[in-house]
Parts: sequence; C-alpha cells; structure tokens
Amino acid sequence: MTEGYNFAYLDEQTKRMIRRALLKAVAIPGHQVPFGSREMPLPYGWGTGGIQVTASILGTNDVLKVIDQGADDTTNAVSIRRFFARTADVATTTHTADATVIQTRHRIPEKTLRDNQIIVYQVPQPEPLYRLESSRVETRRMHGLADYGLMHVKLYEDVARFGQISISYDYPVLVNQRYLMSPSPIPAFDNPKMDRMPALQLFGAGREKRIYAIPPWTAVRSLDFDDHPFRAINASEPCGLCGATDSYLDEVVIDDRGGRLFVCSDTDHCAERRAAGHIGKDGFAEAAE
Amino acid sequence: MTAVPNGHDGLITARGLYLSFGAIPALVDVDIDLWPGEVLAVVGESGSGKTTLLNVLSGRVAPDAGAVLYTDPEGEQHDVHTMPAPALRTLHRSDWGFVHQDPKQNLRMNVSAGGNVGERLMARGARHYGTIRAEAIDWLTQVEIDADRVDDLPRTFSGGMLQRLQIARTLVTHPRLVFMDEPTGGLDVSVQARLLDLIRTLVARLGIAAVLVTHDIAVARLLAHRIAVMQRGRVVETGLTDQVLDDPQHAYTQLLVSSVLQV
Repeated sequence: MTEGYNFAYLDEQTKRMIRRALLKAVAIPGHQVPFGSREMPLPYGWGTGGIQVTASILGTNDVLKVIDQGADDTTNAVSIRRFFARTADVATTTHTADATVIQTRHRIPEKTLRDNQIIVYQVPQPEPLYRLESSRVETRRMHGLADYGLMHVKLYEDVARFGQISISYDYPVLVNQRYLMSPSPIPAFDNPKMDRMPALQLFGAGREKRIYAIPPWTAVRSLDFDDHPFRAINASEPCGLCGATDSYLDEVVIDDRGGRLFVCSDTDHCAERRAAGHIGKDGFAEAAE
Repeated sequence: MTAVPNGHDGLITARGLYLSFGAIPALVDVDIDLWPGEVLAVVGESGSGKTTLLNVLSGRVAPDAGAVLYTDPEGEQHDVHTMPAPALRTLHRSDWGFVHQDPKQNLRMNVSAGGNVGERLMARGARHYGTIRAEAIDWLTQVEIDADRVDDLPRTFSGGMLQRLQIARTLVTHPRLVFMDEPTGGLDVSVQARLLDLIRTLVARLGIAAVLVTHDIAVARLLAHRIAVMQRGRVVETGLTDQVLDDPQHAYTQLLVSSVLQV
C-alpha cells in the first residue's frame, strides 16, 4: 500500500460525511442527497462521485471490480482499479461473480447481481429534469411535490415526433413509486435490471455534489405510456465473438470498407461465455489465443 | 354586497384583504365573493391593485391580513394561504386555471402545441398517449386552431393563436375556476373580438367561474356577470355589470365609464 495516504485515499471525516449522506439516500430511495464533494486526483467527468462513494464503503476484505462502458480494460476502469489497489490494498477482480463492490460507468453487468454485492454508479448529471427545467429551485419543488408531468411532456414530444420514445440511454425511472431518478447514462437496455435488484445500488455525482441510492429489492419503473410501453433497444445481431443474443452489444468499425462487428459490451461476460465454448461467427476458441 | 344570501356557499370568499408594498397600499379591506359559474370582472386603472388582487386570490401572493377561502366540489372550505403547498399545487393544475396576458409566460415555447395542451392532463396522471393526443386535438379545434398544427411549435403561431392555445391548455382539465389577467391585452381589435367571443362561449358552455382582470370596460361588459371597480387598492363599487356601467354610483366609476371613447 502506498505510504502517506489514509486507507482508500479519503480522510476518515470525509468518509463519515459521505456515509451519512449514503444512509439518508438509502432511507429515501431515489432522492438526491447533497454532500460535500472533495477534490479527487482525477478530473470531473471521470468518476469523481463514484470514486468517493467507493472509497467510503470499501473495507479491507472487499473485492473490487471497476468497469467503464462494460469493459474492465479501458483507461478509466484500469486507473480506478489500480488507484484502490494502491491506496487501500484491496483485492481486485474482473469477474462479476467474485466482486463485492462494483464501480461502474455507463453499464450494469450482464450477470445478475447478488444481495451481498454493492454497485456504485458514476453519475455526470443527477437531475433527470435538467434539460426540461433550468431552475434547480423549481426542480427541487417538483421532486418535493412529485409533480412529474413535465417529464411525460418530453416523452409525449418524442412519440409525436418520432413515433416512439427515443431515449436510448439515461432513461428516466420512477423509484419506489415516488422519486423520478436519472439512472446515470446506462443504456435503456439495462433499466429492467435495476428493478428489484438484490444488490444495493449507490449513485455518486462528484461535480454536482449529489448522492442517491436504490436499496435492494426496490421497485424501479421506466416511465412510459400505456399505449407506448417501455422497450429495451439492442442491436439485432448476436455477439460476433461469443454469439450471445441477450447481452448489450457495442458496434465496432473494423475496416474502412463498411465492416462492422457487434461485440458484447460486458467484456467479462463475453470472455466467460467464450471460455465455456460459445463461439460467434467472428470469434475463435479461447485456447487458440 | 350582493343579492346572494348565503355567503358561505361562494366558490371564493375573500374577507378583509390587506397588502402593502412598503409604504404603498396595494389592497385595502378588499372583500370578494365569487359563485360557481359566475364571471367577475375587476376593472380599474393601472396600479389600482387589480393584478395584485388576482395573485392574492389565486394563492400566489400572501396578503398581510385577511383570508381567501375556496370551497371544493365536496363543499369543504380551504384557506388558500394556509393550505399545504402540495394541495395548492394540485388545485392549480386541476380545479383552477390561470390565463396570463402574455401567453409566453404560461406556454412552453419549445414544446409542440399538443404537448402544451397535454401537459396538465399528464400532470394529473394521464398515461395513454392516444387519449392525450385526441384530447389535445379536440381542444385545439375548440379554440379554432387547425388540428394539423398539433405538432407545430408555439413560436410559429401568431399572437392571437398563442392566446387561444393558452386557453386550450388551461381549460383541458375542465377547471371550475379560471383567473384571467388581461386576456385580450396586446391583441389587435379584430383578434380581440374573436377571442372574447370564444371565451364567452367556452365559459358559458362549461359553466366555468372566472375572475377577469381588465382595464377595458368593453371586455368587462361583454364577458362579466358582475363587476368590481378598484381604485388605489380599494373596491369602490361592485354590482351587476349592466347596473354598474349604466348607472355608476361612485365618482371614480362615473369617470371611468364616461372616459370610454364613443366611436
């Protein structure tokens, strides 16, 4: 462990402050709790909120997994994982099943999470109404009075203009039939996974200085119309590497002649399937690597 | 004050309203009664406290003294200024409506006409797109806006159309009471005439009660059942419209009536 830093970088007073905010957030599912966000050794937008929440809940026995857009091997994921390996000396993993704390940006892992796991989301904009109502005083009042007609006006406009609700990520949800919440920029495909999830879900927005949470087994409903129900959108092809048809896929440009490859965005899920012998049309057996 | 005997059956009963802005008294000892289905015009010159009265009656501004009581459909009375904020908000988006002089204050200019009309329905819990849209189109037709403009943005509408759109947006939830602040202000005369005709028809057909603030005596005569004349924060004369305008008693009302241009 790196000398000269407190366990998991943040000082104990800050962690206590964040834990108090977390307790309040868990007590009021979906409600944004203000907290004193600290300067972190990475820029806003790279996960300063998520990293502070993770630092506050991490214990010596925890096993940490960090994903960025579903992948364990991108810059953001690698840096944050190494950050905690150095400052907290915790075990890290890329396997969803082995992790006790999962910090994520823009995805929920494909594997169903268990009740002894915690998932921490990095949130750029915690206010679901911010594009529709510029005044925070007014949006707070709307949350206080559960006055969410405006969000449905946005959905109405989508259907009137495009014939369907065209929100593909950061799809607004109603938590516990009360608070309107931004699920952070996860694809709408992942929204159903939040509903009655056995794991505790924590959300940290560092620049906006807000923390919110969804306790285990809480109802999370994606907003929709009775005659235009919520639909999870995904690519129409199976994963090119592992052949999965039920996972969220990234579209990768592979040459300059219009070549496309669809692959699982969850790298751990894809690798696990390939190791189990599932091979897609562009894939190859793990052993051949 | 009026011929109706039981003061407790009024839709709105305001007693002893007083409000001052610093040293300037905006409302002094104002009593107002409004019965279901009745249109009350508040007339007076600029600065006489008309708009302040409207804001106090609708619960947007609290008076220094006095109370405003609202009787809900179940016959229960609520003090508008002491009721909880969520209840007042619910009133404002279902039972009540507010028509501003400037429609841009009320409308969402970057949301289509249909979305503007549908907002109050959705705020009240409507969750069926087809029904919301059908109702929006129905209301646009009722205020004489072409149904195929339902997806157009309000900024492509003319001033008169915007005002009619605002009325459709307000009336879509069938409110019992509408507050109107100079609804025909800033429109040219022919558009005004059409709009007045429309408001009169809708109010009569739906049995809506309204408090109408205007400085235009002609508007008051056309729309209102009763009239209250204000001067320097006081209601100086009140009574049936024709009675007040044809036989004004107070000196200020006489001045007001006689100063209307006869063409």
